[in-house]
Amino acid sequence: MSDMIVLENLTKRFGDLTAVDAVSMAVRRGEVLGFLGPNGAGKSTTMKMVCGYLTPTSGTARVQGHDVVTEPMAVKAAIGYLPEGAPTYGDMRVSSFLRFIAQIRGFNGAEIGRRVDRVREMAALDEVFDRPVETLSKGFKRRVGLAQAILHDPEVLIMDEPTDGLDPNQKHQVRSLIQDMAHNKAIVISTHILEEVEAICTRAVVIAHGKLLADGTPEQLLSRDARHNAVVVKLPAAQSKDIVAGLAALDQVAGVDALGDAVNGTVAFRARPKAGASIVLPVGDFLRSNNVTPEEMYVERGHMDEVFRAITQGSGSEAPHA
Amino acid sequence: MRNIWIIAKRELAGYFATPLALVFIVIFLALTGAFTFYLGRFFDNGQADLEAFFRFHPWLYLILIPAVAMRLWAEERKSGTIELLMTLPVTTTQAVLGKFLAAWAFCGIALALTFPVWVTVNVLGEPDNGVIVAGYVGSFLMAGAFMSIGACMSAMTKNQVIAFIISATVCFLFTMSGLELVLNFFQAWAPALIVDTVASLSFLVRFDAVMRGVIDLRDVLFFVSLIAFFLFTNVIVVEVKKSA
Repeated sequence: MSDMIVLENLTKRFGDLTAVDAVSMAVRRGEVLGFLGPNGAGKSTTMKMVCGYLTPTSGTARVQGHDVVTEPMAVKAAIGYLPEGAPTYGDMRVSSFLRFIAQIRGFNGAEIGRRVDRVREMAALDEVFDRPVETLSKGFKRRVGLAQAILHDPEVLIMDEPTDGLDPNQKHQVRSLIQDMAHNKAIVISTHILEEVEAICTRAVVIAHGKLLADGTPEQLLSRDARHNAVVVKLPAAQSKDIVAGLAALDQVAGVDALGDAVNGTVAFRARPKAGASIVLPVGDFLRSNNVTPEEMYVERGHMDEVFRAITQGSGSEAPHA
Repeated sequence: MRNIWIIAKRELAGYFATPLALVFIVIFLALTGAFTFYLGRFFDNGQADLEAFFRFHPWLYLILIPAVAMRLWAEERKSGTIELLMTLPVTTTQAVLGKFLAAWAFCGIALALTFPVWVTVNVLGEPDNGVIVAGYVGSFLMAGAFMSIGACMSAMTKNQVIAFIISATVCFLFTMSGLELVLNFFQAWAPALIVDTVASLSFLVRFDAVMRGVIDLRDVLFFVSLIAFFLFTNVIVVEVKKSA
C-alpha cells in the first residue's frame, strides 16, 4: 500500500468555529509533506486528529490502513508524533524519559537499550543524556522530542513545527535528520518557515480557515508567483529604453518593469513571462541580436511567501495569470 | 496491565524526582505525630490503641491528598505532555489507572512510614494489633477515595489551584455529610430516603467504624465503589475533553 496516511473529509468543529473543514488528501511513502498555513488555519488540529489526540467531529483519517476513529491504538502504535512545542516530562532525565517511551512502545529487555542508544545517536543527545529535561536548551528539548517520536522507527512521522524557535544550526541539524529518514517513511511537517518547504519537502499543502487551498510540489507552488521564471537584466541606462520596448514586444513576455533608478549608469529590469512560459532563451537571443551585453542577468524562481500570501489571502500576485 | 504498570512507575518516580515527595512525607509524619500526641492526648488516654492516631486522618487527608492529586492531570494539560501521553499507544483507562495507582501507592508509602507509632504502642502496652491493621486498611482505603476524587477534579482543569480547591471542597462534603451541618440542610426539605443516602456517604461515619476494628464489608465496598465511580468519571472527563 503506497498511501500511508489518508484523510477523508476530516472535520473538526469547536462550537461555532469550524477549525478543519472536510479536508481530504493522501500521503505516500517517500513523501515529505509540508503542511503550511497561517496561525489558526487548522494545521495543528488536523495533526492532532490524525494522531488520535482529538476526535474528529466527522470524517476520519487512516494511517497504514487503520482507522483513527475505530482503531486508535493501532494508529498510535504506527505513528511517531512530535506535538507542537515538543512537550516532555521536565522532571525526568533524558535517559529515563526515552526508556519510558521505549517501554510504553512495547519493547522489552535489551531491545530497550538498543532502541534508546540508536535515537541517542541519531538525535545527538550524548552530552545531555543524564540531565533532567527541564534543564536543557530549547534545541536539545526539541531533539529529545524528536528522539521520542522516532524511537520505534515509525513508517509514519508527524511533526508539528519541528524547527520552530531553533537557531539556524539547530534547524539545519533537524532538517538533515528528517531528510535522512525520508526515503522509507511518510513524513508530515507543519511549518511557517517557507524556506524549509523548499529545502526538505517533496510536496506542500496550504490550508487556511480549515480548508485545503493548494497542493503540489514546492516548484508547482512557486510557479503560481507572477515572478516565477521572470528574467532580471541589468542594462546600460543609455540603451535601456529601446531594449525594454523590444523585450516587452517579445511573444512570451507579459510585461517589463523597471526595478528602481539608474545606479552607476545601469538600470535593472524584470521581464515577466506569460503563464507557464520560459523566457530566458528568447530574452538572451534578443539581447545578443541587438548587441547588448547585460551587466547581470538571472532567472527568478519566485517567492514562496508571495505565493503563500496570495493563496491564504486570496488576492495579490496571482492576478497576472488569471 | 503492562501499560498501567509502566505509567504508574513513571508517575511514582516523578514524585521522588522533585521535593514534593519529601515535603509531603515530612509534613504528613509531623502532623500525624502532632495530632496524635497533642490533640489526641495519646499518653493521657492511657489506652494501648491507635484511635488517637487514626482519628485525625480524615482531616489530614482533606488537605494533603488534594495537594498530591491536583497535579495528576492539570499539570499534564498545562505543560502539554497530555498530548504526548494520549498519542502514545495507551488507552485512557490505562492512563487513568496508572496515575491513580501511583498517587495512591505514594500515600501508602507515607502511611507506612508512620510505623514508629505502631512500634511505640506495642512497646508501651499490649494493643489489639488486629484493630490497628483494620485502622491502617481503612485509612488507606479512605486515602484512595480522596485521591480518586482529586484525580477526577484534576482532569477537569489545567489550573492546579482550581483543581485543589474543588477537590478539597468535594472531599470536605463527603467527609462531613454525616454531620448535622450538612444533614440539617437536607432535612429541611428532602425526604428521609435522601437524607439517609447523604448520611451514608460520610467518610467520617464509615471510617469511625473501621478505626474501631470493625471491618464491615459494606464499608470496604463503599470506599471501593466510590473509587471506581470517580475513576470512571475521570476516564469520561478525559475522553470528553478529547472530542470537545
